[in-house]
Parts: sequence; C-alpha cells; structure tokens
Amino acid sequence: MSNIMKINIGPQHPSTHGVLRLITELDGEEIISIEPVVGYLHRGLEKLAENRSYLQYLPMVDRIDYLGGFFTSYAYCNCVEHLLNCVVPKRAEYIRVLCMELNRIASHLLWLGTFMLDLGASSPLFYCFRDREIILSLFEELTGQRMMYNYFVFGGVRFDVTNEWLNKVSDFIVKFPQCISDYEKIITKNPIFTDRTVNKGILSKNVALQYSVTGPNLRASGMDLDFRKSNPYSVYDKLDFVPAVNHLCDSYGRYLVRIAEMKSSVDIVKQVVRYLKENNGDISANIKAINLKVQEGEYTSYVESSRGLLCCYLRADGSGKPYRVKWRTGSYYAVQVLPQIAKNVNYNDLIAIFGSLDVIMPEVDK
Amino acid sequence: MNYLYFWYIQFLQNYNIPKLFGDITFPLLPFCIIAGMIILFVLVLVLMERKVLGLFTQRKGPNRVGIWGILQTVADAIKILCKQNIDVQGSDKFLFNVAPILVFVPVMILWGIIPYSTEFTFMNFSVSALLYISIAVLPVIAIILAGYSSNNKYSLIGAIRSGAQIISYELPIMFVLLSIAVLSSSVNLKDIVFSQLNSYSVLGWHFIPCFLGFLIMFICILAELNRCPFDLPEAESELVAGYNTEYSGMRFALFFLAEYANLFVMSAFLVILFFGGFLPVTFKYISEYIFSDSQFLQVFIYFEQVFWLILKSFLLIFVIMLVRATLPRLSVKSLMQFSWFVLLPLSMLNFILIAVIKFCVGGGNL
Repeated sequence: MSNIMKINIGPQHPSTHGVLRLITELDGEEIISIEPVVGYLHRGLEKLAENRSYLQYLPMVDRIDYLGGFFTSYAYCNCVEHLLNCVVPKRAEYIRVLCMELNRIASHLLWLGTFMLDLGASSPLFYCFRDREIILSLFEELTGQRMMYNYFVFGGVRFDVTNEWLNKVSDFIVKFPQCISDYEKIITKNPIFTDRTVNKGILSKNVALQYSVTGPNLRASGMDLDFRKSNPYSVYDKLDFVPAVNHLCDSYGRYLVRIAEMKSSVDIVKQVVRYLKENNGDISANIKAINLKVQEGEYTSYVESSRGLLCCYLRADGSGKPYRVKWRTGSYYAVQVLPQIAKNVNYNDLIAIFGSLDVIMPEVDK
Repeated sequence: MNYLYFWYIQFLQNYNIPKLFGDITFPLLPFCIIAGMIILFVLVLVLMERKVLGLFTQRKGPNRVGIWGILQTVADAIKILCKQNIDVQGSDKFLFNVAPILVFVPVMILWGIIPYSTEFTFMNFSVSALLYISIAVLPVIAIILAGYSSNNKYSLIGAIRSGAQIISYELPIMFVLLSIAVLSSSVNLKDIVFSQLNSYSVLGWHFIPCFLGFLIMFICILAELNRCPFDLPEAESELVAGYNTEYSGMRFALFFLAEYANLFVMSAFLVILFFGGFLPVTFKYISEYIFSDSQFLQVFIYFEQVFWLILKSFLLIFVIMLVRATLPRLSVKSLMQFSWFVLLPLSMLNFILIAVIKFCVGGGNL
C-alpha cells in the first residue's frame, strides 16, 4: 500500500492567486512532486490581435497583466512605434516612465499584501491596499481608469499631466518611504516571518537561468539582470537608480529585492517628476491611429515589468491588422520553476514559496 | 449556587409544584443560563473580533446592520441557520454529524466549571482545575473525527495537524497548572482565586511570581484555541478551511460557536489562574463604596465579581486579537520544535522556580 496522497490544489482555492491548479503528491505533509496545470484563464489574447486593427487591440493589452497594465501597454506601443519609425516626444516618454514606476510600486504592494496573507498575516494586506489606493486614485485622475488604463497611445500618451497632479505624486513619494519602513519594522525581522522564508524555496542562479526566470526572482538569486539597466528602453538611461540584487536565493531574498525595488522606483519617480515640472513639450507624435497601416516588418520590445521580463513580438504585414503578436511574460516561467524549488518541502511551505514568486494567473494564461 | 437552588424551589412551591420535580429539573436552569450566555458572548465576541481587526487595519469593520453594526452577527447567525446542510458524498454520515456536537459539548461543560463569582459556580469540584484541563482537550477528538469523516484531504490534513498541535501544547499547560497548584495549595478554581486575595489587590495575583508561567500558558492557550499564529489546522491559505471545509449551515455554526465560546472560557481560565479571577482591581469592591448601607450588598458584590471576571477576560481576548492582527502563521516544524524544545523545558523550570519561591516564602513549609 502506498503512503502517497495525491491532492489537487485549485483551480478554485483561496490562495493560488487565481486559477492555478497544482497536482501535488504528498507523503505525510512532505511534497513529493508538483505538477502545475495552467490555462484556466486563457482568453486567446494573442489570437485576438490577428483580426483586430492596431488600435482595437490596444485596450486589450492592459488585460494581460491586470496589476501592471502600463507595462504591457508600453511593450505593445513600443513595437508599433518602432515599426512606424515614429519618434516619441521626450515628455511623453517621461510620463510613461512615471506611470510604469508607480505601477511597479502598486504591483509590489499588492504582492507584499498577498504574500503576507499566504503566510497567515492578514493585516499587512490592508495597509498595502491603503497605499496602493493612493496610487490607483492618482491613475484614476490621470487616465480615468483604476485598472485597465488604455492610457498609452501610439506615439505618446493620451492626456498631459497637470502640475497639481504632479504635486500629488510628489506628496505621495515623500510619504511613501515612511510606509515602507513601517512594513519593514513589523515584517523584516519578525522571527516567524524569517523562520518561514529564510532558506525556503531556494532558487539557485543556475536553475533560474535554465528556466529563464527573470525579474525580481532572478535578481534575488544573485543575477544582476535588470532590463532597465542592461537594455535601457524609453528614458531609463537618463535616470539614476540602483537595481536591487541579492544572493540569498530564497523567499526572504525575493522579499528583500521587492522592498528595495519599491525604494528605487521612488527614486526614479522623484527624478521624473522633477523633469516634468521643469520641461514642457508635446505629449504625442500625433499619429492617426484610426485605419493605421503598419509597414511590413517585425520587432520585439523588452520591458522590465514588475514580474520579470515582458516581451512583445509584433509582426506586421502592411495591412491594418497585426499579422502575429506574441507575448512573453515573467509569471509563466515562475510557475514552471515551482516544482523544482518546492520539492521535498512541507505542504505548509508550498503556498509561502509560491506566493514569494509573485505569479499573476492572467499573465500566465494570456 | 445554593441561592439559585433555593430560589428555584421556592418559586416552584409558590405554584404548588412538589420539591422532587424541582430537584430533577434544577440542573436545566444552569444549563439554560450557560446556553444563553454562550450565545450572547459569542455574538459579542464575533462582532468584537471584527471591529478590533478593523481598528488594527484601518477599516471600519461591520457598520451597516444596526447602530455601529451591532446586529451584524445576529444577521450572520440567522443567515447561517437558514443555510442548507450539505451532505458530502463518501463521508461517514454518523461521525460527520456527531462531530459538531462533540466539539460543542465539552466547551459547554467548561463554561459550567468556571467560577464566575463566589456564588455562581455551576459545577464546583475539589479538582476543578484538573477537570477543566482534561475536558478542554476533548474538542480535538471531535476535530479529528470531523476531518476524518469529511472525505476531504484538506480536512484530514487539518485534523491531523490539530491533533499533533494539541498533544504537544498540552504538556506545558499541565506543568504551569502544577506550579499554580503549588502556589495556591489547591486545584480547585475557586480556591485558586481566593488564594490570590490580598490586601494589596493586584500584588497578590499569581502572575507576579509566575510571570514566565503566564507567558507559557498564554502561548499554549493560543495553540489550544487554534488561534493565530497557531492557526495551522484551519490555515485558510493552505487548507481552505481545514477540518471544517465541508461543513455548512448549523453544523458549521456549532464549530464556529464552539471556537468563540472556547476563546472566552480559555481567557477566563487564564484570568482565574493568574489575574485574580473575579477579584476586583480596586482595593475594595466598588459596591462596598456605593451600596455600603444596603442590605443587598452581598448580592451586588456577587454581580460585581462577574463583571470583573468578564472585564479581565475581555482585556485578555483583546490581546489575543492583537496577536492575530500582528503575526504570521508558524510553520508546522517550528510549531512542534517550539513546544518541545522551548516551552516544555521552560515550564519545568518555572515549576521548580515556583516551588523554591513557595518554599522560601512559606518558611520551609510547602
């Protein structure tokens, strides 16, 4: 008689951050094997592009990652702009960076809240949502939307930022580091928290590279790969910031990296706000987006999203519709590596390790 | 208790009902009182928990039903009673149905053992503290039955965790109780309370010589109650709802009721052991100041004692809720290690310490 219990976690489970299904084999409470099953949230976002015009597809890309709509938006716009050979005005690029960095903070805040929820602490979630709420309100004021912004357009952004709005951003940026240090006070050195994260879910640099894990998860494994630094897109080469890296390779390291990333995002936002206050200019290259025809060619844009490298491959055939769009998202690879790093751990730690990877299911299934 | 008995017999005799009938039916009276108290306290506690957690997480908590949401739990209770009892396929029907009752009955007995004041002790045994401890572990059997009979793997894991947890946290409790027995030379709860009677009020309470014991006991009680950070048996992020995953309607309500009833009765137990039970914080009973010339002074004092016990218990419950709002959940391994390697040796040390103190203070006379 075998002592192995097969347990099916998900797709409806309170803590898999969406509809992930894990077929797990347990010996007692020790995990023997995990098999992730993805695809429950597949919406065919790549295929949808092929029978829509470029403009019609634009609002859909926000839905790929509902916590980082600006990143996907940017990746797609960047592709189209590149194929159109259009130069995006400086001010528009700075506004885009501002949005993306605020979005990164919001995304990491939500991760922090849900990660702590996975570990069984319910309060941090509400504090994270308190701060995230401020960012979402800022976005709402700027774009009219709290989640699916549809704010970036080909050649720029839809609306200009006002000085009052920038002042609000500065206010938030002044207050926010205090909030981060508040979180750190209660979380970082908490013995229960360190007990559950230090040396749990070890993702070595080699394994991470083999599974092409990117983003904070890779940087927590000691690999200094940040596409904002290594392949600067937009105006990141003009901005001064330090990407967060550490060599701990465990859940704790991933936590530290994300906390440090929020801090470096704050630095970037500060610089961008200063630039936007001092310089005026166009916010759009005035491309006529209706009936837009893109000349034949292909391009891949790289964006460092909050969940790793985000690539958008676009192939145009000269018509009004994309010939092929392909997305590469960070979460997909993070899910694949889970069986490797959660082998032979206690069932109790599985969800904690999974939570530390920051997986968003719509991004996996697309 | 005798007051109540004589009052009841008198009451029946007024209607010419024989004394024998009164003798037989008298036990129903404390039963009804306790049942009523449990319902009332649970309603208050659930609301309090939600309000307190709301307070700690910058929310309002329930505030729609009734003034300040005071009717929220009543509405919840009505809802849960109207819900369908779902029978799970493949479950052991008998055990499945009997488990909620088994979990509730011991808790009700515990309420009867607690001395609420000098007079209101529904069951007064010479070894009531020992009886209390031995009955307090009974619900775990029901929890294991519930988990086993549910035909659900999450329930099973939760139940096994609960069993292991209670067994390991029961031993330190016994050792601390032993040191209290040494301090007060009794294992009767009422005698333990009276042994803390001191002309300097607070200074006579057991938590001063036995503070280490109080900390150990407090932690163990959290584990006994399956409260955070020891809420592994019902860890919602891993086990959905643990042992009561498959329960709904009235059966779930019984689990829920037992959990909160247990919360109060356990903190009352702690208050009795360490914080003078129903003794007042002030030097004299407040009633003695106000009603000193009234002939019902004694009755007022009895009710005031109940007030003190409830007040202290609620303060302790507030602390337990504060712990819940602050800490993440322990991992299974460190849960066991903490009990066997930290709490158990410490509780033995505490016992020796108390014995030495008692020996010295009592002048070589245990």
